[in-house]
Amino acid sequence: MMLSRVTRLISGARRLDPGRFLDTGSQGSRSLAAHPGNQAPDDRPRAVSRTSEKDPARHAEQHEGLHYDIPLQDMRTLFPHSLPPRFSMQVKTFSEACLMVRKPALELLRYLKNTNFAHPAVRSVLSGDVFFNPSALDGEKGTGKTLSLCHVIHFCAKQDWLILHVPDAHLWVKNCRGLLPSTHNRQRLDQPIQASIWLKNFKTTNDRFLSQIKVQEKYVWNKQESTEKGSPLGEVVEQGITRVKNATDAVGVVLKELKGQSRAGRFRLLVAVDGVNALWGRTTLKREDKSLVAAEELALVHNLRKMVKNDWHGGAIVLTLSQTGSLFKPRTAYLPQELLGKEGFDALDPFVPILVSNYNRKEFESCIQYYLENSWLQHEKAHTEEGKQQLLFLSSANPGQLERLCAHL
Amino acid sequence: MAAPCVSCGAAVFYRIFLGGRVSLARRQGVWKAAAAELQIGAGSQILRLRHTTGVTTKKNVAALRRETYTVEFIKKQIEEFNIGKRHLANMMGEDPETFTQEDIDRAIAYLFPSGLFEKQARPIMKHPEQIFPKQRAIQWGEDGRPFHFLFYTGKQSYYSLMHEAYGKLLDIEKRQNQLQAKGLFSENTKTKDLIGSRWLIKEELEEMLVEKLSDQDYAQFIRLLERLLTVQCGAEEEFVQQFRRSVTVQSKKQLIEPLQYDEQGMAFSTSEGRRKSAKAEAIVYEHGSGRIKVNGTDYLLYFPVTQDREQLMFPFHFLDRLGKHDVTCTVSGGGRSSQAGAIRLAMAKALCSFVTEEEVEWMRQAGLLTTDPRVKERKKPGQEGARRKFTWKKR
Repeated sequence: MMLSRVTRLISGARRLDPGRFLDTGSQGSRSLAAHPGNQAPDDRPRAVSRTSEKDPARHAEQHEGLHYDIPLQDMRTLFPHSLPPRFSMQVKTFSEACLMVRKPALELLRYLKNTNFAHPAVRSVLSGDVFFNPSALDGEKGTGKTLSLCHVIHFCAKQDWLILHVPDAHLWVKNCRGLLPSTHNRQRLDQPIQASIWLKNFKTTNDRFLSQIKVQEKYVWNKQESTEKGSPLGEVVEQGITRVKNATDAVGVVLKELKGQSRAGRFRLLVAVDGVNALWGRTTLKREDKSLVAAEELALVHNLRKMVKNDWHGGAIVLTLSQTGSLFKPRTAYLPQELLGKEGFDALDPFVPILVSNYNRKEFESCIQYYLENSWLQHEKAHTEEGKQQLLFLSSANPGQLERLCAHL
Repeated sequence: MAAPCVSCGAAVFYRIFLGGRVSLARRQGVWKAAAAELQIGAGSQILRLRHTTGVTTKKNVAALRRETYTVEFIKKQIEEFNIGKRHLANMMGEDPETFTQEDIDRAIAYLFPSGLFEKQARPIMKHPEQIFPKQRAIQWGEDGRPFHFLFYTGKQSYYSLMHEAYGKLLDIEKRQNQLQAKGLFSENTKTKDLIGSRWLIKEELEEMLVEKLSDQDYAQFIRLLERLLTVQCGAEEEFVQQFRRSVTVQSKKQLIEPLQYDEQGMAFSTSEGRRKSAKAEAIVYEHGSGRIKVNGTDYLLYFPVTQDREQLMFPFHFLDRLGKHDVTCTVSGGGRSSQAGAIRLAMAKALCSFVTEEEVEWMRQAGLLTTDPRVKERKKPGQEGARRKFTWKKR
C-alpha cells in the first residue's frame, strides 16, 4: 500500500513536470516521493538529460545529448529482434527505452528529410540512376552505431516507411546449421532457419504493408503450391514462414518485389543493415564435404547485396559497419576500407560515411544523469564531480565501456 | 675421593682445547685416565676411578657445537690468505702492497661471477678472522688456575664489562661530587648526538664478548650504559661509543626529474618505469585534457581490460589531477598487467616534477614511486615449479 502510494506520488510529480527532471542528486527519487509538491529549483544548476520530444522528426540540434523515450508497444513492433542484448537488458531493467539523440543520427535524419522533399523523378546526372547514396555509420567499437541506426528506423517508422531491417548480418555468415542447396539456383546455399526468423520479424514490423503490396509475377514454390500474380505480399511471407524449406526463396522474392515496387513510389523503403561488412567478408560455414562456403554462395547474402546496391530509388539505405561480430578482422579495425575489404568497398561505392565517435562532455554528463535518475549508480561518490571524472577516465567517454562499467557485476 | 687432579702432583699433560666450554667432566675424565695411568706410580692417593667411560669414549656432544680450530690452523690460514692476496693482486695487474679488501672483493666478483640471489652464497675471500668464528683461548694456566678473577661466574667477560662500566660511573659521580663540593660544578648540558645511532643488539654483544648472554643480562647492560649517558661526562664518551652502531637513515629524497619545454612552450617531463619484464617510458605534459596514448594508440584500445585502466588512473586520481594532463608513453615487454604497472610507475615519477614536495612524499608513502621488486621465482630441480612439488604418491 505504502509502495503504491509512493509510486503514485512519483508519477504525479512526473505529470506536473513532464519534460524536465531536476537534478537533486542521488537522493532524487526519494525526495521526490517525500515532497511531491517540492518542485522548487535548487541552487545547483539543473542538469537535464531528457527531452519530451517523442517524435524523431522534430529532433534538432537543441535536443542533442538528451534522451527521448520510445513507447514500449512501438518497441515491440519495430525491434522485435534487433536490439543489442545489453540495451534490451537495460530496457527491461528501467522498463523504458530511452535513446540519446546524437549528432550522427541527427545528420542522417537531416539527410533523409531533405531527400524526402526532393522530387522523386530527380536523378542526379553524375551518378546516373542513383537517387540516394547509401550512408554507412562507422566508428570504433562501442560508440553507438547500432543505436543510432535504431533511432533512424524509429524516425522512418513514424514517417510510415516500409522498414527492411537486418539486425546483424554477421548472424547469417556464422554459426548456421542446416544449410541446404538452394531450390532456385543449384550452386547457392539456403539458410532456412535464419530466413524464417527474419521473415517472422519482418511480418511483425511491417504488417500493415503486407496486404497492400501486390506481387508482380507468379512464383511456383513446389508442385502443390504457388503464388499467383497480384496476390498480396503477405502470402509470400506466410509461405516462407510455414514452409521453412522455401524460406530463403521467399526472402529473395520479397526483396525483389520491394525493390521493384518502391520505384513506383507507392511507399518509401528503408533498408537498414547492421554489420554490412559481413556480406563481403569470409564465412565460417562449411558444406558437408568440409569445403568452405564463400559469402556469395549464400542465397540470403546474394539477395541482400543486390538490395544494398544503389540501383533503385524511392527509399534510403542506411548501413552500419561493425567489427564486433565480424569474422577474421582485428579488434582495432574500424575504417570502412579495413572492414569491407576491397570488394565490398567497390560494391558500396559511392557511399556517405558518417563517423560515430565517443561521447563528448555534454553527452557524457547527460548519460550519467540518466543513470542517476534511474537510480542505477549506487555508489555514494557517483554524483560527485570526482566520481564522474573517474568514470570518464576509465571509460574514455566510450558509450559501450561506460555502460559496462556502470552495469551490475 | 675424587679430588681435583691438581692434588695428584704428577705432571699433568694437557692438550690445548680450543673450543667453547670444555666441560669439567671431560677434563676430569681425561685426567682421571691420566691419573689412572700414573696411579701405579703415584701411590699416595688412590683415586677411585669413576666410571666415566661413557663420557670419555663417546665424542663429547657439547664440543660438537662448534668446530675447534687450533691456533696454528688459524695462523696458517692467515698466511695463506696473505699470499693469496698477493697472487690475486698480481693476477689483476695491481700493486700487491696496496691491495685493499675492496679491491679483493671486486676482483673476486670479476673472476667468479655468480648469479645467485643470496649475497652470502657467492664466492668470498676475506681475512680468516672474519670467516672463522671467534673462539676463546684457554682460560686457565698450567696449574689449572683460571686467569680471570671472574672465571667462576661463568660469564667472565660480561661481568667484567659490567664491573668496568659501573666503576666508571662511580668515578664520574665521585668527580662530580668533588666539583660540587668545590663549587666548580658547571652544568654542561651537551647532549650527544644520539640520532643516527643505536645500541648494540644482543647478538652483536654476544659476538663481541664471545659469550652467551641472556635477555636480562643484556637489558641490564644497556640500562647501565644509559645511566652513564645521563651523567653527561665527556670523558667516558669513547667507552660508550664502542657500544653504539650507526643507523643508515633511509634517504627519503625522491629524485625529481627536471622539467623540459618543447617548441610550443608547453612544459613536459619524462621518466621511466619497470615492472617484471616490462619497460615503459612516459612523457607527461603539463596542460592537457586527460588523453593517454600508448605506443601510438589510445589507451582504451590498448588496454581493453578495466583493471589495467584503473592502474593508469591511480597516480592522477591520487593527486586529484584526473583530466589535467596529457600523456604519451611507449612500453615493451612483459604482459598486459606488468605493462600497465610499468606505465603507472613511469607516470607517477614524471608527475613528481609538477607537484609539491609534500605530495611527492605522500606518493612515496602510497607506494606509487617504488619499483615493484617482485620477479618470477626460479624453478627448482626436484620440484615442478618454484613452489609446487611433484604429486606425492604413497607408493
